[in-house]
Amino acid sequence: MIEVSALTKRYGSLTVLDGIDFSVEAGEIAAVVGPSGAGKSTLARCINLLEQPTSGSILVNGQDLTSLSRGELRTARRAIGTVFQSAGLLARLTAAENVALPLRYLNMPHEGRVQRVRDLLDRVGMLHRASHYPAQLSGGQQQRIGLARGLALKPSVLLADEPTSGLDPQTTASILALLAELRDELRVAVVLITHEMDVVRCVADSVAQLDHGRIVEQGRVADVVRASDSPLSRALLPVPPSAEPTDAPNVWQLRYERTDVDPAWLTSASRELDADIEVLAGLIETVGGETAGRLKVRIERALPPARIEQAFAARGIRATRSATPEEEVDIAASALVRSAA
Amino acid sequence: MIAFATATPWSGVPSLLLPALGQTAAMVGIVMSIVIALGLPLGLLIFNTSPRGLAPHQSLHASVSWIANLGRSLPFLVLMATVIPFTQLVVGTTIGIKAAIIPMSLAGIPFFARLVENAIREIPRARLDVGIASGASRLQVIRTIQLVEALPGIVAGLALNIVAMIEYSAIAGAIGAGGLGYLAVNYGYEQFDGHIMISCIVVLVLIVQFVQFSGDRIVRSLIH
Repeated sequence: MIEVSALTKRYGSLTVLDGIDFSVEAGEIAAVVGPSGAGKSTLARCINLLEQPTSGSILVNGQDLTSLSRGELRTARRAIGTVFQSAGLLARLTAAENVALPLRYLNMPHEGRVQRVRDLLDRVGMLHRASHYPAQLSGGQQQRIGLARGLALKPSVLLADEPTSGLDPQTTASILALLAELRDELRVAVVLITHEMDVVRCVADSVAQLDHGRIVEQGRVADVVRASDSPLSRALLPVPPSAEPTDAPNVWQLRYERTDVDPAWLTSASRELDADIEVLAGLIETVGGETAGRLKVRIERALPPARIEQAFAARGIRATRSATPEEEVDIAASALVRSAA
Repeated sequence: MIAFATATPWSGVPSLLLPALGQTAAMVGIVMSIVIALGLPLGLLIFNTSPRGLAPHQSLHASVSWIANLGRSLPFLVLMATVIPFTQLVVGTTIGIKAAIIPMSLAGIPFFARLVENAIREIPRARLDVGIASGASRLQVIRTIQLVEALPGIVAGLALNIVAMIEYSAIAGAIGAGGLGYLAVNYGYEQFDGHIMISCIVVLVLIVQFVQFSGDRIVRSLIH
């Protein structure tokens, strides 16, 4: 497991990371999200000490990496596997040679190395590509090889810096499934740096949003999506755009607040209010193993707002009248992030 | 065929040309061994003391970089004249092949060092970081990543460097270094010997084409 506290990184007068605190347990995937320039990559480079933090500590299995000498650091770094953006495979080595690289640095004997490389390639489903060069592999296959290499030294922490950037949705899903498998079977603590909210919703257990070098919001993904109406929450589970303006009469925003929302709530609420409820747009998904939903509906009858709020609250759903204009912008922005991803 | 007043008969050309070719090959060969032996470490030093390197060191980087630029900033003829006292000190003479090797190496080493540095700089950052992140020592990173990934670029640089050294060896002919340049200047130019001139030019063109062609072939075979 890994614990980052009060991590600060300055370049001259420029503060890139400002007092970052977060921890990841074994068997947990912690996502770090944020716009470009928020400091995500610097954070990744600080965690495996490719950059020396200005202050703060990074505890991996109870050992503070920032206090180590260069020699000690070399050993300690082996507990952190790194998966780079666009895999970072060496172009002149085969897939197997790339995976074997960290083992060579350890001076592992040849026979043991061959067996370990086979196991790792098998683990990521790439045994049949062992003797291929990176240029002969697709982006997803390269990323699998990168993952196998990151796992070569049996790390307790896996640091994945934008591992799905530039991959198509299907390949992204397969890489994320592989990450989840590694988390569950090898109990590694995964730090997942990404700008794709779909990735977070799909695989992360917790999420921290980085903005201008600070963590502005963090928590379990399921909690963030359900228990708040923050920008991060809306970005994680955005209401798809609909033709209907949000401030039209009788248009309401709904958000699942409980995990046990009755799937038949639409019919039962409609009956109780004695009004047709029209779903304009919405997203209901399993996030972190729990159901979460966010919808925009129109209630086809003028009713006192309190009555509507109450009827939905009884079903574990928070109903709010039209979004304010700035929230509209947020929602539009998060929709943009989704389509860009 | 154009007739030249004092031209060596074509049948006599090979007996002059072949020894000269051998001298040029020897000069370039010796110089390139020195250039690789000293230019490669210098290139690694320049890259690895830079901010992206394994041991960033601003003042060391600046001074090594400055020295490398110094060696490249003088026209070869000027460099050759400038280092005559140094040449005398090292090899004990200022004429002939031995004397040519010193200025040629001084010109070739910084040139090659820059080519090596550039080849390593072309490697994407993530690939350079892989070694450090996997717990490699700095020597291991240089050996298994920097030199391996930059090899196609270094070989391309080598071809470029050999061509430059062939050219310099011809200029060094001016101080009696022997070789094709000496032959072209002393027989071809000074004595208006058209046959020798034409032969030297043809042989030089063929050598340069051959070096570049082989270099390109090797580079292609190194890229996967």
